[in-house]
Amino acid sequence: MPSHDPSPGAPAISVRGLAKHYGPTRALDDVDLEVKPGGVVGLLGPNGAGKTTLVRVLATLLSPTHGVAEIFGIDVVRRPAEVRDLISLTGQYAAVDELLTGRENLLMFAELLHLTPSSARRRADELLERFDLTEAANRRAGTYSGGMRRRLDLASSIILPPRLLFLDEPTTGLDPRTRNQMWDVIRELVAADTTLLLTTQYLEEADQLADRILVIDNGRIIADGSGDALKDAAGGITVEVLLAPGADIDAACQQLRESGLQATSVRGAQVDLEVPTDADGGLATVREVAAALETRGIGVRDMGLRRASLDEVFLQLTGEPTDHAGDEEVAR
Amino acid sequence: MTSATPTVSTDEPLELRTRHRLTAPMRDGWTIGKRNLRHFTRLPRLLVFSTIQPVMFVLLFGYVFDGAVSGSLPPGFPNYLAFVLPGIFIQSTIFRMTQTAVGLAEDLERGVVDRFRSLPMSRAGVLIGRTFADLVRSMAVILLMVAIGLLVGFRFGNGPLEAVGSVLVVGVFGYALSWAFVSIALLVPGAESTQSAAFVLAFPLSFVSSVFVPTESVSIGWLAFIARNSPTTAAADAARGLAVSGPVAEPVVQMFLWSIVFLVVFIPISVNRFRRLD
Repeated sequence: MPSHDPSPGAPAISVRGLAKHYGPTRALDDVDLEVKPGGVVGLLGPNGAGKTTLVRVLATLLSPTHGVAEIFGIDVVRRPAEVRDLISLTGQYAAVDELLTGRENLLMFAELLHLTPSSARRRADELLERFDLTEAANRRAGTYSGGMRRRLDLASSIILPPRLLFLDEPTTGLDPRTRNQMWDVIRELVAADTTLLLTTQYLEEADQLADRILVIDNGRIIADGSGDALKDAAGGITVEVLLAPGADIDAACQQLRESGLQATSVRGAQVDLEVPTDADGGLATVREVAAALETRGIGVRDMGLRRASLDEVFLQLTGEPTDHAGDEEVAR
Repeated sequence: MTSATPTVSTDEPLELRTRHRLTAPMRDGWTIGKRNLRHFTRLPRLLVFSTIQPVMFVLLFGYVFDGAVSGSLPPGFPNYLAFVLPGIFIQSTIFRMTQTAVGLAEDLERGVVDRFRSLPMSRAGVLIGRTFADLVRSMAVILLMVAIGLLVGFRFGNGPLEAVGSVLVVGVFGYALSWAFVSIALLVPGAESTQSAAFVLAFPLSFVSSVFVPTESVSIGWLAFIARNSPTTAAADAARGLAVSGPVAEPVVQMFLWSIVFLVVFIPISVNRFRRLD
């Protein structure tokens, strides 16, 4: 356990006017951020948006150009050694050693965390067993599959459960079993009072794991809220209609507009036209669209209310599409 | 924590070592050093670099160049192998230390160093571990070269204490020099540029010296001056004097002074740079 208690009541992360400039490039551009202790915060953004720079500053690996960053009230620039007692890094921020075996990796990190030799051995065995790595314990980590490597990585970052854990795309590209296992560990960490900062470029991952999502782009935080709040704020709700085969989509739109409904043709695979609405009037709009189409004898195959996806939110916020979650993980 | 958290929690409370500011760098250095020594046995590239190449050097210089150079040897050296082997100890150590730079630069690129730097461990520990492991490897290679040398006719000219002393001279000089290569790895971005930069240092350092030929045989004035006064010459003469023949006291003192200079200059540069890595 960390050898000293951080300031009571201090936020897990507090960042004020934080900037990191590389020449004219502003990797971080005056970021303000406060994260309460406990729970999972998702830091979402495309590659090069500033996620990594922010995490590296918070993890004392990089000094900011200006601004203040504190972890549980401790300044990362002035008291980095104390910050390192509270944090742990995983994923692209910190690799496991591929030439060492799984057990050797855990023993090395346990030794560097000052565990006594007997404690280190016991903890290594315990973690190997719990992460399903006992059989592979004496094989080099370089021979591990992606999922095994991810488990070893996470195991080595919780040898001493940290107060704040930086997770990098922990479930992307994993098979369902390993993914569930990672989710379990993340829930356990949260239950054990660890704060998690999850960085990802995959919307689905952030949506599923994080209670609060920060969208970062061009070194700035451009949105902050729950996944639901972001979806509501960005696109609202639409009524989607798929017409019967052979129906004239433009004529249908025209007739709906004559009934006072703002229909536009979409011509998607499962949608022919959509009508915007809002959270309160959703059902009323469905009723009006249905009535208008029925009185004019236009056949309908499918119709429903749909909230904007996070993809659309993201597109709207950053002006660029992201890779879809569930794609094969990009090889590093 | 409750029993509902089986993965994260520990069965028994973990015991932590007490930690002292002064010994922490050595303890952490020992941990990292063990890791690096394991790497040597698991990376074929490093095994080849540490064994085949030195053996080739001994055979090459002992046999191929023997006839060409043996006429201009100082008194006390029966053949070129006797003159050149202690020099090759130094020369091969210099080139092996380029691997210190490359290995560290690769660690920096891989992100392992980032994990080390995010741990509550000593900043100097990573660098001490690296130089310590390279010293151990270097000593092992020197002993291998001695064995090959003895097989092909090399003989120590003085007592066993002097023979051990000559190997220690190589160790001290090599260790001090390895910090110069650590500095290079931390100052030059990228593993490939680091390798080039390390060779730029290693070539003149090893060849403008008394490693292969007596410095008297260098004909260009300024080059001869550099060769006479280079740290490598001091180290090679010290190893040679102890192992075979020639003056001992003066080159040994010079070698120690140079080593102290290297350590005093490059340890602060390296540790300071490591702290501020971006």
